[in-house]
Amino acid sequence: MSFLHRHPRLRLAALLSAPLLWLVVAYLGALAVLLVSAFWTVNGFTGEMVRTFSLANFRTILTEEVYRNVTLRSLGVAASVTAICVLLAVPMAFFMAKVARPRSRHWLVIAILTPLWASYLVKAYAWRVLLANGGPIESVFGATPGYGLFATILVLSYMWLPYMILPIYAGLERLPDSLLEASADLGARAGRTFRAVVLPILIPSVFAGSIFTFSLSLGDYIAVQIVGGKTQLIGNLVYANIGAANNLPFAAAIATVPVVIMVIYLVAVRRSGALEEL
Amino acid sequence: MTAVLAVGVLTLAACGDSGGGSTGSGPGGLTVPKIDKLAALGAGEGTVNIVSWAGYVEDGTTDKSVDWVTPFEKETGCQVNNKVAATSDEMVTLMKTGDYDVVSASGDASLRLIYGGDVAPVNTDLVANYQDIFDGLKNKAWNSVDGVAYGIPHGRGANVLMYNKNTVTPAPTSWGAVFDANSPYKGKITAYDSPIYIADAALYLMKTKPDLGIKNPYALDDKQFDAAVSLLKEQNKNIGEYWSDYTKEVQAFKSGNSVLGTSWQVIVNLAQADKAPVESVLPTEGATGWSDTWMIAAKAKHPNCGYLWMNYIVSPKANAQVAEWFGEAPSNKLACEQTADKNHCKTFHADDESYFDQVWYWTTPLAQCVDGRTDVTCKDYSAWTQAWTTIKG
Repeated sequence: MSFLHRHPRLRLAALLSAPLLWLVVAYLGALAVLLVSAFWTVNGFTGEMVRTFSLANFRTILTEEVYRNVTLRSLGVAASVTAICVLLAVPMAFFMAKVARPRSRHWLVIAILTPLWASYLVKAYAWRVLLANGGPIESVFGATPGYGLFATILVLSYMWLPYMILPIYAGLERLPDSLLEASADLGARAGRTFRAVVLPILIPSVFAGSIFTFSLSLGDYIAVQIVGGKTQLIGNLVYANIGAANNLPFAAAIATVPVVIMVIYLVAVRRSGALEEL
Repeated sequence: MTAVLAVGVLTLAACGDSGGGSTGSGPGGLTVPKIDKLAALGAGEGTVNIVSWAGYVEDGTTDKSVDWVTPFEKETGCQVNNKVAATSDEMVTLMKTGDYDVVSASGDASLRLIYGGDVAPVNTDLVANYQDIFDGLKNKAWNSVDGVAYGIPHGRGANVLMYNKNTVTPAPTSWGAVFDANSPYKGKITAYDSPIYIADAALYLMKTKPDLGIKNPYALDDKQFDAAVSLLKEQNKNIGEYWSDYTKEVQAFKSGNSVLGTSWQVIVNLAQADKAPVESVLPTEGATGWSDTWMIAAKAKHPNCGYLWMNYIVSPKANAQVAEWFGEAPSNKLACEQTADKNHCKTFHADDESYFDQVWYWTTPLAQCVDGRTDVTCKDYSAWTQAWTTIKG
């Protein structure tokens, strides 16, 4: 022990080697190999990988119209899910952080978290039953949206809502009540207080939440498969090329599309301070 | 980062030795990897890992009265672990993991498994029940290469047209019902979610547009392929959802979200057992279909239990039970006497080769046309897969 005590650098190395090894080899390494395999192809008959450099996969993705359509559709779904989650989460988080009594706050947080404890598949199949013809939604509202794009957005919004509420709640909780009172004392109306005091705290939190809802929606394929009817999103294309076609290189090439989108998105929201809120 | 990349590439390159290059007797000069068949049967290893179609390996959990796994386990001491695959493509992917010993492969997967080196030839002398298999199923193009058997035929059947008998009137008799652009059931039609479904469209075109000259729905040149793909793109407007998971189709027909579409007899049976008002028909154009073969993995960890299972599952009694539960024609001649419904073999045309002449068994599409044409190039399975993405839009 005293040896390590006398060699602080060695101590640091021993402490960090495991997580570093994990980060570099298992995490980044695996990701890198995946991206490299995107430049390979597969023998269509035997499914053997052909390890020669080729841009064919990317050429197909860029030139075939269907991949553009699916990308745009996935972006639309991710944006809609994020918008719906923001609309629902802001008032809910505000109530939790500022209106509810401190004692009931953590019960509300637990209530928000409970849906995360249930299995994703159970929830998705439950929605399939809810949305079915003659199902509970139809008997209550007289109509059901059925399976399709709308159902996908609905179910994904349901799934990811907690990921939006929690960062907003955390952000608002840090906002001292005294600031709101000071604003009121200085004669600001509710709207002015919201714009000048709440919003600067809220915006980075909303962006932080949106990184979760956006990226989770962009990569999802299970909910789409269960309630999406005939809709395909990027995740389905990846799944189809791995599960059905056994074409890992092409799937890897498709998987770079959401990576590129998320990098662009992260660069765009970086300036709002959202990354510090994560 | 560059170093990481280089290491990754080297590792992957080192463990991959993609065969090919030399000329063999297979399609397009492909060679079958040299794998020895099991010489002699030893003692069971206590476990067998199976990849199968839903309904093939029942142990009483789906339905208490349907259980042929427990007697096998008692008899041989081989504990059965079963993984149900939803599609042929999934079967191929699962077999590549090396975690499984036997698989109930259909014709669109079996050749890929054989040429991929994933399955071994079968020593039929070690499978006592092999002698009672219908000759019409032995050593066929999809379960043998150069006269070497690669599996034990299990059963066969057609992809039927399923419909809700309360809403779909009159009852359909043609595949035209699912391809009709002005269908009254728009949005409630379903289709099988796999590239191989393109063959269903090709089969329909073969009968309705003879000038396209389609002779085999799995051998499509550019023009024929485009015709099938555009028919399916047209059909997409009427599709409510595509299914690949049988539970999803049962539920959709039960609730009425789907009322018409392609199906398997086992799904019809399950839906009827669930009190869904469904019926099935073999349309006048004939149908695509499947002929399944039990195959043993090239690197099976439990080869003896694997052989015991292959022998057991085609034994007259077990073969009859599976055939009745799944709704297919059994492969064992003696199974016909063991079925609870004495007309079962008649209903499913077990020994009626003229009936199965109308059924186009799933076959892997190759660039070398499987119908024997040499003057054109056909679309291979990867082209079918990419087209399937385009069809779904």
